[in-house]
Amino acid sequence: MAEYLLKTPLKDEEIKKLKAGDKVSLSGIIYTARDSAHERLVKLIESGEELPIPLEGQIIYYVGPAPTPPGKAIGSAGPTTSYRMDPYTPLLIENGLKGMIGKGERTEIVVDAMKNGTAVYFAATGGAAALIAKSILSSEIVAYEDLGAEAIRKLEIESFPVIVAQDCHGGNVYVEGQKKYAE
Amino acid sequence: MREIESSIITEAVAKLCMEANFKLEDDVQESLEKAYETEKSPVGKEVLKQILDNSRIASTERVPICQDTGMTVIFAQLGQDLHIVGGGFEDAVNEGVKRGYTEGYLRKSIVSDPVRGGNTGDNTPAIIHLELVEGDKLKMYIVPKGGGSENMSRIAMMKPADGIEGIKKFVVDGVREASGNPCPPVTVGVGIGGSFERCAQISKKALLRPVGSDNKDPFYDKLEKELLLLVNKTGVGPAGLGGTTTALAVHIETAPRHIASFPVAMNLNCHAARHKFIEL
Repeated sequence: MAEYLLKTPLKDEEIKKLKAGDKVSLSGIIYTARDSAHERLVKLIESGEELPIPLEGQIIYYVGPAPTPPGKAIGSAGPTTSYRMDPYTPLLIENGLKGMIGKGERTEIVVDAMKNGTAVYFAATGGAAALIAKSILSSEIVAYEDLGAEAIRKLEIESFPVIVAQDCHGGNVYVEGQKKYAE
Repeated sequence: MREIESSIITEAVAKLCMEANFKLEDDVQESLEKAYETEKSPVGKEVLKQILDNSRIASTERVPICQDTGMTVIFAQLGQDLHIVGGGFEDAVNEGVKRGYTEGYLRKSIVSDPVRGGNTGDNTPAIIHLELVEGDKLKMYIVPKGGGSENMSRIAMMKPADGIEGIKKFVVDGVREASGNPCPPVTVGVGIGGSFERCAQISKKALLRPVGSDNKDPFYDKLEKELLLLVNKTGVGPAGLGGTTTALAVHIETAPRHIASFPVAMNLNCHAARHKFIEL
């Protein structure tokens, strides 16, 4: 289990080094999107329209944060379950997306897209939302404000703790980790 | 006949929605601390450490443990000699939910029309299970329930011949297939018997029992402990990243069934098993 410090945007050579189970501390800019925002992004790509956020080299964090209390940068902000985004993800990777942060295993279509497009899937600890919010320095809604908690936010993060859940070589910490402890 | 103002119910619900989301009850907290001591996987231990750190930050800073502050599920037992005045029971509860979720900066996660969308804006309506009982008290269990663990829950209309082995397979397969999605270590609520809808309801009611407490029926107590061992042998582990702590507890609730039916339901709760109780 190696440990890395990475800054966004991610480069292919950095992604290729990452193996399932590695610990990564992320810094830089990431974008949030979940179910409804994904649906809208994919529709825009399909109709050839411009996207409200850049995808090239970027990371999308699957999160719908709690409302921001006074004096804080953001409310509690842990990951949501990723598989719901699987139908939309391959198209985003084809358009330059390099990383995703969420929780739970991804399906085969995403695994293939990650191999072909050199992308990585990170897991943040589900439910550790108050802890994770501490590594988010600022949050700004950049699209789809009408979606409330599901709006797309631009987050500035520092030392955001994640684990490489599924790498671009087909490695999968869920399968490998669980096999080790199954009796 | 004893009377209670509906505003008292509203205030209690508002307060408990916030408290439940900011601070874990001692039973859950102690169970997680114990899991941290016994977990064999280094990654699993790291996850449990994050979970414990998170719980400390949430209770100190009074922010939600998880951003998914849930659908507000309320199990209420209303004494038949208690008269609610000044407004209806359900309105009083929903007003409390609205207030709690707004004042506490809790996330509003309720879609108003399941297909056409829209957000109700205040996390109402609550899911209310109301039971009429003897006495003049109102007892309420408030359980904010997240979507991730709820989505991994299931029900099966089994054959009576499937018996105990059928139950074991159903629960163990269910937890294994849920993998990291419900945010393990989970609490597993199992409903056995009743009708289709009662079975699902008692599987959620099973989550109200303090984590790790014994089942009053020795037969089901033994089955709970056996199921817990089996579930923890799946290797799923904390966050599904592999380990020896997949569940903190398995709780069973039962109900009489039809001679032809054998319904079994499993309702999973995440490690942030939030629940509060009040008697008014």
